[in-house]
Formats: sequence, structure tokens, C-alpha cells
Amino acid sequence: MMQLATSAGDHRTLIMSLFGVFVLATLGITLWAGRSTRDASDFYAGGRGFTGFQNGLAISGDYMSAASFLGITGAIALSGYDGFLYSIGFLVAWLVALLLVAEPLRNSGRYTMADVLAFRMRQRPVRTAAGISTIVVSIFYLLAQMVGAGSLVALLLGAQGDAAKRWVIVAVGALMVLYVVIGGMKGTTWVQIIKAVLLILGAGLMTVLVLAKFHFNLSELLGSAAKASGSGDKFLQPGLKYGTNGTTKLNFLSLGIALVLGTAALPHILVRFYTVPTARTARKSVLWSIGIIGVFYLMTLALGFGAAALVGRKALAADKSGNTAAPLLAEHLGGGAGTTGGAVLLAVISAVAFATILAVVAGLTLASSSSFAHDLYANVIRRGKATEKEEVASAKFAAVAIGAVAILLSIFADKLNAAALVALAFAVAASANLPTLLYSLFWKRFNTTGAVASTYAGLITSVGLVVFSPVVSGNAKALIPGGDFDWFPLENPGLVSIPVGFLAGVIGTYLSREKADPAKYAELEVRSLTGLGAH
Amino acid sequence: MAPPPETVPESFQRIEESPEFRQLRSSFRNFAFPVTAGFVLWYLLYVLLSCYAPGFMSTKVVGNINLALVLGILQFVSTFAIAAWYARFAGRQLDPRAAVIRGRADATLPAQSGDHAPVAEEAAE
Repeated sequence: MMQLATSAGDHRTLIMSLFGVFVLATLGITLWAGRSTRDASDFYAGGRGFTGFQNGLAISGDYMSAASFLGITGAIALSGYDGFLYSIGFLVAWLVALLLVAEPLRNSGRYTMADVLAFRMRQRPVRTAAGISTIVVSIFYLLAQMVGAGSLVALLLGAQGDAAKRWVIVAVGALMVLYVVIGGMKGTTWVQIIKAVLLILGAGLMTVLVLAKFHFNLSELLGSAAKASGSGDKFLQPGLKYGTNGTTKLNFLSLGIALVLGTAALPHILVRFYTVPTARTARKSVLWSIGIIGVFYLMTLALGFGAAALVGRKALAADKSGNTAAPLLAEHLGGGAGTTGGAVLLAVISAVAFATILAVVAGLTLASSSSFAHDLYANVIRRGKATEKEEVASAKFAAVAIGAVAILLSIFADKLNAAALVALAFAVAASANLPTLLYSLFWKRFNTTGAVASTYAGLITSVGLVVFSPVVSGNAKALIPGGDFDWFPLENPGLVSIPVGFLAGVIGTYLSREKADPAKYAELEVRSLTGLGAH
Repeated sequence: MAPPPETVPESFQRIEESPEFRQLRSSFRNFAFPVTAGFVLWYLLYVLLSCYAPGFMSTKVVGNINLALVLGILQFVSTFAIAAWYARFAGRQLDPRAAVIRGRADATLPAQSGDHAPVAEEAAE
């Protein structure tokens, strides 16, 4: 590790300048986008002028986060086949978004997820619930990105880097706030597009290099990975990480369910559907993103097993989270530690990873500050009486506050795998947002009480179970290693909290004497399916 | 956010009760609901097999490639296929029907015509 740090340190200038180019280019675009950002629709929805392909790239950029690139590669490199579940779940989940959510949302909403949830309900209680859950989901997701950034900095700067690490995280936080405050949705979308292209190129290059080492023979790659992992054939079979006992198996199931149901309820993904003019373009953007994301996740197989085969167990395990597998693999592919080629490829891939993190963090900050401004501030606090200008100004203040929270939180969580952390965000989204979203769109009888019940029940159950899970306390890898209140055995709460969210929506609806308004449901149904009256 | 002032709720209820809209809704639901159930079950089958039948999943197919990996890749294939299938279905069955309903509503409610950007939709063809 020390040796690696010094060899990387020699070429730190290269990494910094590559990353500097990205930052300058994206800041330039952000400034340009900021000049044409005039009203709320520009700030929240990028003027709704993006094409299906552009938005497809931007969605991919928002979705392929540090969790996908660093986290999944690390999960496969360390746990073999069990890490691959992330790739599959993250992809299949897009079908829920495509078939049930993207088009109705685009047709009936305006700026945020809560627009659809509150459409036929009493505004204040539903918007409050949806706003809070949007911010909680985004903060979990932000945490994962910051952890990825931390792992990367630790790898590049080594032991001397503790102070530097803080500064890098503060710089990342400051940059993301700048992107959001100046560029709004238009600037953020372009940052996502550039980042998606860079990430696909970077991952593609590494995939080709890995496969070339094994004569483009997948079986040979898998065989070498199994041998180098020290686990033999078990490395390629299900169960290495999750097959130990009944609890770990349930954990796998819980993770699997959270992954497949979370995507369609992630606020920062949902707001991307508002950046295109029509539901048809929203559909096209999802189709593009399924293609792009699918190809990327197939490449994670080569990257993860490649890292296991080439980097070696000892170097990989230096960072217990596995988050450094991808950059270590890059260094190896370039020629190894201490070589110029190794340093160059390490620099390129690290810069791509930083760009990835920065872009996703900006997307998350935008989604959560939009929800704060449009749902909590304008509709709840000011009861719909805020002007557009005041609303956008409050979004910018919220972006600064959320940036500060993300920076603070990231100091605590540096031993967790970024993909596992993001899976928690998926579980919270699937428990709190998905039931409310689906019932709102498709269940006529659903009412305000039901919406509030499903959101809060899903939110409180999922976050509560995480607090009492092994993620937070009870072992050396936990957030609070000294604590001992891990009475809930599963790392991912989805198995319990998602059914609780769905059930609470039904119970709340039937317990309340409030009747759903048939005229409002007719309006939502007609608008969501035909695009009539869409913004 | 209040709905746009020009929307008249009664007209939405009238549209909702029209046979054209009912047809659009049932054709959407008859596709989306069963297909969603199908791919979720297919995915769960894969997850459950990985959890509870590791022996079966470890069966080698070619070289070091086992059944688990093949089924995993098949999840990718089925996702691409279902996405393409839906795109085709929506383009043929849903979009034309929605356009007819929109066109008729625009004729009866001229105040709404500027609101949903039909021009952009045509441009995307």
C-alpha cells in the first residue's frame, strides 16, 4: 500500500491536471448553461429541451455512480459471483421505471416526484412526506459517493493524505454546489452527459485490456480469477459472501428485492424525465439508458473478475470496502506500480472516477434541493404563495446546506462498500416512494392518509432497521464500531420495509374516512396516459 | 402546485368515460401489469436459485462458465428484449390512441392546445 501510494504520488500532478481539465470544462459549460437559466422551468427541468438520446446519456450518467464503477468492481473482485447481483438488479430495475413510471410521471408532474404523489391529494401533508423522503434517500446516496471519493483519495495520496482527503472532499462538495447553483438542471445535465461518455470510454478501455490478457476468452478470465482469489471454484459460484447461513441468504434476497424495486423511485432519476418535452421522449431516454447501462454492467464482469485475477488478493484487501479495485486494476493494466504506463492509466481512471462522483453528487444535490424548494418551501411553508424567484433562490440555499451535510457525513463512513451503501438508498426509495407512487397512479381508492402512511411507514421502517443493523454497529466495519445495538440481522432492510410501505398505504387508505376524489383521479389518469395538459 | 387553471375537471371525467380512453387504458394495463409481474418473478427466481440452490447453479456449462453466470447474463438479455418489446408495443398501440384522444380534446377545448407541446411530439417522429 505504501509503495503504491508513493508510485502514485509521483504522478499526482498528472491526475490533478486531468481532473482539473474536467472541472474547468464542466464549469465552463455550467456558466454557459447558467446564462440561459432564467425561470423555474429552466432551473428544475433544464427548459425541457433535451432529446431522448441526450437525456438517456444523462440518466446513465446519474445512475452509474461511484457505487457502480468502484463499488461493483470491488464487490465482484472480493466476493466473486455474489458481487454480480448488484449489476443484474441495478439493470432489471429499469424495466419498472420504463413500464410503470417514466411516462405517467412525465405527463402528470412538473418539477419533482411529489408533483405526482400530491396530484390528487391534500398538498401539504403529502408534499411534506415526499420532500422529507426525497432528501433522506438523496443523503444516503450522497454518502455512498463521498465514501467512494474518500477511498480514491486514500489510495492516491496514501497515509500522508488524511488532511488532503478532507480537503478533497470539501472541494468536491464546493464544486457540486457551484454546478447546481449556477447551472441548474441544464448545467447538471451536460455534466452528466460528459461524465457518462468518459465513464463508458474508460470502462470500455479497461474491459478490452483485461479481455486481451486472457485471449478474449471469458472462461480463461474466470479460471484465473478463481485461482488468484484463493477460494477456487467457490469464487464463481453463488454463496461466497451470502451463502454462509440462513441470515446471509435472507440478506441476499433482501438486497435483490431492494435493487429491483428502488430505481423507479429514486428522486434524482425521476426528475430527469422532466428534462424532455414529451412522454415519448421520456420513453426513448429510458430505452437509451437501458442500453448504455446494460453494456456498462456487462463490463463490470470483466473489471471485477479482471481485478481479482490480476491485482491479487493482498493489494485488493488493503481497502476492506473493495472500492479501490478499479483504479488498482487500471494501474496493473498500464504496466504495474512504478511504471509510467501504470501511473498514466491509474491517473486517467481515477480522474474518470472523480468525474463520476462529482456528476452524481451534483445530480443528487439538485434533486434534493429542488424538492426542498418546490415541495417544502413553496407549497408547505409558503402555502403556494412564493414567487418563482423566491422558490429558485430557496433551492440554491438548500443546495449549499445539503452540500454541507454531505461533507460532514462523509467523514464518518469510509469502511463501507459504496455499492452496499447505495443499496440502502434503493431500499429506502423502494419502501417509502415506490408504494406511494404506484398507488397514486394506479389505485383509484388511494387517498391522502394512505399516501402519508405508506411514505412515512416505509421511510421510518427502512431507516430505522438500518440504524439497528450490522451496517451501523456491532462489528469492525460498522459506522460506529464501538456500538452494540445491531439487533436487526440483515444489512439491507428491503425484505421487511418494502412490504411494510405497501401494506401501510392500504391500511391508511381504508382506515381513513376520507373519500378519494374521482374527478381528480380521472384527471390524473387521463393526463398520465395521454399527455393532455402536460407541462 | 395547483393544476393549470384552464383544465376543466368535468371534461377529464368525460374523457375518462369515453370508449377510446378505456381502450387505451386497458391496452396499457394489459401489457404493463402482466409483463411487470413476469420479469419480477423471473428475476426473483434467479435470486432465489442463487440463494437456495447454489449446487444447481454451480453446474458447469462450458469451461469455467457455470449456470449461475449464464442465467445472470440471460437476465440482461431478457431486460433488453422486454424493453424493445415495450417500445414497439407503445409505438404501435399506445401513441396513436393517445394522439387521437388529445386531438379530440384540443378541438373541444381550444384553451388547452398550447399546453402540451404537440409540435415537439411531431418533431420527434
